[in-house]
Amino acid sequence: MHRALCWLLAAFLALAAPAAFAADQGAADLAPLVRGLGAGSYADTEKALSALAGTGDPAAVPVIEALQAGDLHVRKADGAVVVAKRAGSGFALTDPLTGAALGEADRNAVEKIRINNALRRTISATLGALTLMSPDANTRRQAAEAVFKSRDANALDALNTALAKETDERVRRAMTQARAAVLLAGDAADADKVAAVAVLQERGDQDALALLNGAANSVSNGGSDAVKDAAKKAVASVEQRLALWGAAQNLWYGLSLGSVLLLAAIGLAVTFGVMGVINMAHGEMVMIGAYATFLVQEAFRQWAPGLFDFSILVALPVAFLVSGAVGVAIERSVIRWLYGRPLETLLATWGLSLALQQAVRSIFGPTNREVGAPSWMSGAFELGGLTITYGRLWIVVFAFLVFGALLVALRKTWFGLSIRAVTQNRSMANAMGIRTARVDALTFGLGSGIAGLAGVALSQIDNVSPNLGQGYIIDSFMVVVFGGVGNLWGTLVGALALGGVNKFLEPYAGAVLGKILVLIFIILFIQRRPRGLFALKGRAVEA
Amino acid sequence: MLTRFFLMGLDKKAGVLLTVLAVLAVAVPFMALGTAPDSPWHLSTHTVALLGKYLCFALLALSLDLVWGYVGILSLGHAAFFTLGGYAMGMYLMRQIGSRGVYGNADLPDFMVFLNWTELPWYWHGFDHFWFAAVMVMVVPGLLAFAFGWFAFRSRVTGVYLSIITQALTFALMLAFFRNDMGFGGNNGLTDFKEILGFDIQAASTRVGLFVATVVALAIGYVLASAVVASKLGKVLIAVRDAESRVRFMGYETDRYKLFAWTLSACMAGVAGALYVPQVGIINPSEFSPASSIEAVIWVAVGGRGTLAGPVLGAVLVNFGKSYFTAALPELWLFALGGLFVLVTLFLPKGILGLAAQLRQRLPSRGAVAGTPAGQKGV
Amino acid sequence: MSAEDTLLYLDGVSVSFDGFRALNSLSLVIEPGEMRAIIGPNGAGKTTMMDVITGKTRPDTGTILFEGRTDLTSLREPAIANLGIGRKFQRPTVFEMHTVWDNLELSLKAPRRPLKTLTYSATKEDRARIEEILDITRLSPRRDRPAGSLSHGEKQWLEIGMLLAQDPKLLLVDEPVAGMTDAETEQTAHLLKDIAGKHSVIVVEHDMVFVRELGVKVTVLHEGSVLAEGSLDSVSANKQVIDVYLGR
Repeated sequence: MHRALCWLLAAFLALAAPAAFAADQGAADLAPLVRGLGAGSYADTEKALSALAGTGDPAAVPVIEALQAGDLHVRKADGAVVVAKRAGSGFALTDPLTGAALGEADRNAVEKIRINNALRRTISATLGALTLMSPDANTRRQAAEAVFKSRDANALDALNTALAKETDERVRRAMTQARAAVLLAGDAADADKVAAVAVLQERGDQDALALLNGAANSVSNGGSDAVKDAAKKAVASVEQRLALWGAAQNLWYGLSLGSVLLLAAIGLAVTFGVMGVINMAHGEMVMIGAYATFLVQEAFRQWAPGLFDFSILVALPVAFLVSGAVGVAIERSVIRWLYGRPLETLLATWGLSLALQQAVRSIFGPTNREVGAPSWMSGAFELGGLTITYGRLWIVVFAFLVFGALLVALRKTWFGLSIRAVTQNRSMANAMGIRTARVDALTFGLGSGIAGLAGVALSQIDNVSPNLGQGYIIDSFMVVVFGGVGNLWGTLVGALALGGVNKFLEPYAGAVLGKILVLIFIILFIQRRPRGLFALKGRAVEA
Repeated sequence: MLTRFFLMGLDKKAGVLLTVLAVLAVAVPFMALGTAPDSPWHLSTHTVALLGKYLCFALLALSLDLVWGYVGILSLGHAAFFTLGGYAMGMYLMRQIGSRGVYGNADLPDFMVFLNWTELPWYWHGFDHFWFAAVMVMVVPGLLAFAFGWFAFRSRVTGVYLSIITQALTFALMLAFFRNDMGFGGNNGLTDFKEILGFDIQAASTRVGLFVATVVALAIGYVLASAVVASKLGKVLIAVRDAESRVRFMGYETDRYKLFAWTLSACMAGVAGALYVPQVGIINPSEFSPASSIEAVIWVAVGGRGTLAGPVLGAVLVNFGKSYFTAALPELWLFALGGLFVLVTLFLPKGILGLAAQLRQRLPSRGAVAGTPAGQKGV
Repeated sequence: MSAEDTLLYLDGVSVSFDGFRALNSLSLVIEPGEMRAIIGPNGAGKTTMMDVITGKTRPDTGTILFEGRTDLTSLREPAIANLGIGRKFQRPTVFEMHTVWDNLELSLKAPRRPLKTLTYSATKEDRARIEEILDITRLSPRRDRPAGSLSHGEKQWLEIGMLLAQDPKLLLVDEPVAGMTDAETEQTAHLLKDIAGKHSVIVVEHDMVFVRELGVKVTVLHEGSVLAEGSLDSVSANKQVIDVYLGR
């Protein structure tokens, strides 16, 4: 009952508002112009359209929209322009300006106002110009952008009118740029054009660059040398700025890839670097983390769809514990018999990775599982010339948080102290009452748990399939080896450097060749520094 | 002199193995060609090709054992040498197709026509000739191994690090060969072969001929490896495996010894790959995958590293198991293979032959009185 | 003294690891045929000194000349070994999978290039020499046993035998009697003294009884440089030496 009333009210307002507005402005001013739309030829329609645009009156917008949609008809009886919508066998007619009902008409009593492609373009431009007067700032800005793209000279008057009234700074800027685009493309005076060049230079994106390039090289529209010179200078400056932003974008992509590598490799740095265990099943720990995320999300979808945005936060501890538990189980059952024989651990854990992949394939099927993104990880925002997606941003933040947490855990906690003690002198640690077996198991569990955390993050950007881990294992090893074993900072630098180099090579060499080059680089680098970037030196290492 | 060199490495195990190979070289042709198709003794062309494939893998395992078992270099990239040898042979076979391809272009292989190439790339020249391909089968993997090893051994990259960069090597090659503009057929690789040395590659007699060639190659590889291992050079290699720095202080340039074994091993792997391609009828970049290299490692481990006969046995057994499992219980194959990795490293560090040797050593002292024949208990 | 007449000449050799100075401007001269004992507390730089001479570690600064002319600092281990410098490690490192005979055959002075070893077969003289060394080191009964099955003392002796087979001009011997019984220690001392006639020897030892047994010139290392040099009696009386080493 209550809701129905609201609807009624809304409907009434929707109908009444333009009518009232029109009445206020004097619908009589527009009416002849609207009637002109139905005058006959395309040229007549276009003329009337320009006139409508020239009024700058938003009341004309619904009329033109109806024209665009093909709803505008001429009533044969009196030549009036009406909106006709199909109703039963005939049409229901309404007044295009006031929206008042004008009864029904037979199908033959009205004739559709036809539009061609040229007209269609004019219509969009006109609509763009007219919505410049919309009460909503966002709509106005979009309209200004539309004019910027269309560069329709017809919109210039409307643009000038709108600019005079505009108070919102952002909209003003958009309109100024649109005006500059129109001026530069049209037959404006040189001084205006030079000013326009300055405005476009300040805008400085690809679109502006295209316009400026056009102006700098044009012969057809008789641009003078002064304009051309200004445009050429502007092109140079914009290109330089774009190159900088391009580099910044690459840097961001590199950082983003680097943090993914960091996440994947950091657990490996613990098991390989601290314990000297080559865990080829590390990728599968990541994969298990991703599947844990999937299961947590399924549970949320089932029982608490409203809280879906929190599913990732719940998945983090779950994935850590699940992967960590699998890691502890692996250490207790297999790895502990193989300490001091790194090549054997490599083979055994490779076998485990095969079995784990097949197990997941048997349980969940070989196809990709869908893991959703919470709303706070979807979308993107612009930062200057950069486009940054929230998903990637969170992964970067998350990678550094995990890194920091691990660093603190290893340096400041008793557990970390035990790990380092066991690493440096096992028998001494044993003699001092540290239960080395337990420390081994927990260290391996820690490395695996971190891999699980990586799995949560990777589930957001990669396909969750039984092969997920395989894609990361070689890269992770490269990072750890490149950074230097036994040094978490090396892993950080290694991940970011390899991510960065990869993304900087990609534009020139392509993704695959870039990756090959990185691999070759690492192979050569290892020759120079067999123990990585941040290797420990001295006798202790060789012993 | 040379005969003595080749014979000095042969022990009892070698005798058994070479006898088995000789029997295979006689019996398989007879059973495939000389028996009626419905005879219980008849071997189908498919089976002959399958046996040939096992023996190619055996040669690969043998080459891997030469570096892992005797020098201690765990290569996770031997698939690279195997596959390069395979590609060299594949290129020859592609050139033999001539104008019988889908596009009927006598100058260019089909995939190049498809890519709108107009000219044969320079590195395809010469592969029209069998002798050239046969040389390249060893030279290409050998050169790559030499260059890689020269850098890696000089810089004293050892152990796990070496394993990881060999893996990076084969991974990089895989990515490279997946690219169409490398000129090796991209994803699809090289296939649809028609003839080898003028013989129809599908014919039963050709298949038998390829099988016999594989047997001979394996036998030569085995004798060569035995001779190397038994020589003083072989003793140096084992010494390098067990205490490399000590060997250096004795005045041996260990880098060169490792390089010798490494390059020889790569050439052998290349030959194995070259024999593999005509028998399976295709070579594509997925053969480069690090996973196939690691699988070869397990053949060696199962049979017994550092025994030469072990890897041959291991490669045949594991691949026979693979054929059986993937046909009968495909779901279980990876569990079986994964379990094999774990069990062998945990309980059979010396492989089947190592276990047999241990039992033989132990039983006479304890079991001789009871008269237990060696090898019956606990196998 | 000019460098030309010396067998080994170290001058101002320094090495540091991550800021720790293992050798601090060390200077040392060994004459042909001389036997020298080096003593010093743990961390004095004894092993690092051996590493530097044999090419395992590159010195940061300093000169190392062999036979007065060959600069050792730019050579790799095998090249230095082939010049005639042999080294015995603190922990006995023999090739455990090889037989005693094979261990000696590998050490025997012979071409070291891969293609030469591939086609090598022992000559009559080679076999005689190995027999001789087996006698000296009393390992004849063990000749066909894997070296891994020898006792600790036997391994030490085998390693000395391997050095003899190598026939170097200079032997570096690191703690040859660690873990030996008194009788074995005495025999080892005799063995080394026999060797010293034809070869120069540098012995690093902790065991003072053994050093006294050798009865040779002693160099005391401390914090990477020479603290004192002379007969055992004279350095034993040195106040500084007593402070840093003997007094403890």
